[in-house]
Amino acid sequence: MKEFTYIITDPNGMHARPAGALVKATGAFASKVTIEKGGKSADAKRIMGVMTLGIKNGEEVKVTIEGEDEEAAAAEIEAFMKANL
Amino acid sequence: MKVFNGTAVFSGISFGKISIYKRNEQLIKREHVQDVVEEIRRFEEAKNSAIEQLKELYEKALKEVGEAHAQIFEVHQMMLDDLDYVESITATIEDQKVNAEFAVASTADTFANLFEAMDDAYMKERAADIKDVSERVLNVLSGKSSDTGTANEATIIVADDLAPSETVQLDKEKVKAFVTIHGSTQSHTAILARTMNIPALINTNIELLEEYNGKEAIVDGFTGSVYIEPDEATAKSMKKKQEKDIATKTLLLQLRGKESITLDGQKIHLYANIGGVEDVPKVVQNDAEGIGLFRSEFLYLNSEDYPTEDEQFMAYKEVAEKMRGKKVIIRTCDIGADKQIDYFNMDKEENPALGYRAIRICLDRKEMFKTQLRALYRASMFGKISIMFPMIISVEEVRRIKEIIAEVMGELDAEGTPYRECELGIMIETPAAVMISDLLAKEVDFFSVGTNDLTQYTLAIDRQNHKLDSIYNPHHKAILRMLRIVAENAHKAGIWCGICGELGADITLTETFLKYGYDELSVSPSMLLALRDKVRRTNVAEVKDLE
Repeated sequence: MKEFTYIITDPNGMHARPAGALVKATGAFASKVTIEKGGKSADAKRIMGVMTLGIKNGEEVKVTIEGEDEEAAAAEIEAFMKANL
Repeated sequence: MKVFNGTAVFSGISFGKISIYKRNEQLIKREHVQDVVEEIRRFEEAKNSAIEQLKELYEKALKEVGEAHAQIFEVHQMMLDDLDYVESITATIEDQKVNAEFAVASTADTFANLFEAMDDAYMKERAADIKDVSERVLNVLSGKSSDTGTANEATIIVADDLAPSETVQLDKEKVKAFVTIHGSTQSHTAILARTMNIPALINTNIELLEEYNGKEAIVDGFTGSVYIEPDEATAKSMKKKQEKDIATKTLLLQLRGKESITLDGQKIHLYANIGGVEDVPKVVQNDAEGIGLFRSEFLYLNSEDYPTEDEQFMAYKEVAEKMRGKKVIIRTCDIGADKQIDYFNMDKEENPALGYRAIRICLDRKEMFKTQLRALYRASMFGKISIMFPMIISVEEVRRIKEIIAEVMGELDAEGTPYRECELGIMIETPAAVMISDLLAKEVDFFSVGTNDLTQYTLAIDRQNHKLDSIYNPHHKAILRMLRIVAENAHKAGIWCGICGELGADITLTETFLKYGYDELSVSPSMLLALRDKVRRTNVAEVKDLE
């Protein structure tokens, strides 16, 4: 299992479009990806769940990746978040 | 002639025939089914063809309104494919042995409620997206088309509210205005109207009566009025207003999205002055690069009593959010002189312009000042907020302000309330501040020159005394020299400087401000594009010295 934390810097927070982009990015991996904020967590491959976490700019999220391609997934998802969120 | 009024979300004047738009209201019946597998297959099939439709809409939107607005239809496809959504529907069919229609409608309600319960204005609106995509699946299931129909002449759409898929299916060539009974400034109708550059009214007190269908009407997106069967005088004055608006919008279209840069490559930021949240749409329409002066005293002036921390927080947060990460400079309460408030209970003064006002009141009534600072720092989490202090005459005042800010931050830390560091700046509007601008520059992150007060104090001319209008000369060499000195001292200390007074919008001085090296001009939104036009025609190397 791999995990990392990240602080959102997109001024809009996790709006519909960024949430969609994240779901697309995580969907490329076989591993189970979970995103967690303030005790609530959601499957990062499911857009409704990600959106209803209501993640805002400046908030910290914890991302957990578990599965056969977790090494590559963790690196790419972290890079994706840094570049887009 | 009949007149209805709403809130204008995009300005402009449009003439056209009314088209009443009513959604295909779906009456969903709960039906018991035997063949659960067949029902799930029906849902899957309907879902897939809904996704196919959304792919087409995405392509259509991409061509008509661009990638940024088209992406919503990609998100819609993902919503329909979302496993939580799909599993909820299939589980409802399996567990309750009900028809696909009922399962889709009840799942849509559940998810819409989830979004409506969120504390973020934007997220609340997403409930409409869930309903919209679910409606699409229901239409496929019932064999209805979700076409909004096509008119063949200039049309004013009157509707309850419009979902994104409905707005994008409209024939953009024919639709000249939107009038909706509901909706918000965050709704897709409002967003699309802005993109399409057509007037739109929301919260309009009109009814969806069949008798209005096909009638001539005029929408005034400046005043928020819609005239049905207008009389001749109204039609004539609206025609005139429209022509004037088209001329300005042509300029706008050419300059929107363009950089504010001179012929020889010097850049300047053009920001907007506002008095409150309600001015933000104009700021966005005129393509401001930020807000250079949010006159927070209007929150106090429009209130019966001191605005609470939460009231202020909501206002600052909303503006910060709506500016989507662009800089928002909020000036702390500038009360006194010509802006008097009853509940401040201030003594009558012989000479209020030189009296108890602005930062002097704030430093004296510390609790009131701290309330505002707390609201500002809390709102800092929602965008890019800078804070600016008015009527500064000394370094000591600035240090006192910073001590109070440190106290406020200490309290927020203790409570665990999140905030971000904000850029701190001061207004340069007293001759004293100009003379010690080298010292002040070491204390703050930016200067913004308030030319109105600076002119009155420098020339010793009361702005309110009209007998003196003929000698009140804001182009006075003394003012120009002061402006030069302020810019020089700011840049020597490595901070930026701008102008937020009325002089900032004076086109005859734009070249001089550029020559002095000003980094920012903040003006009323309607002046922005004319100013950008002026900047883009200027060659700084050739500017004549006015001093």
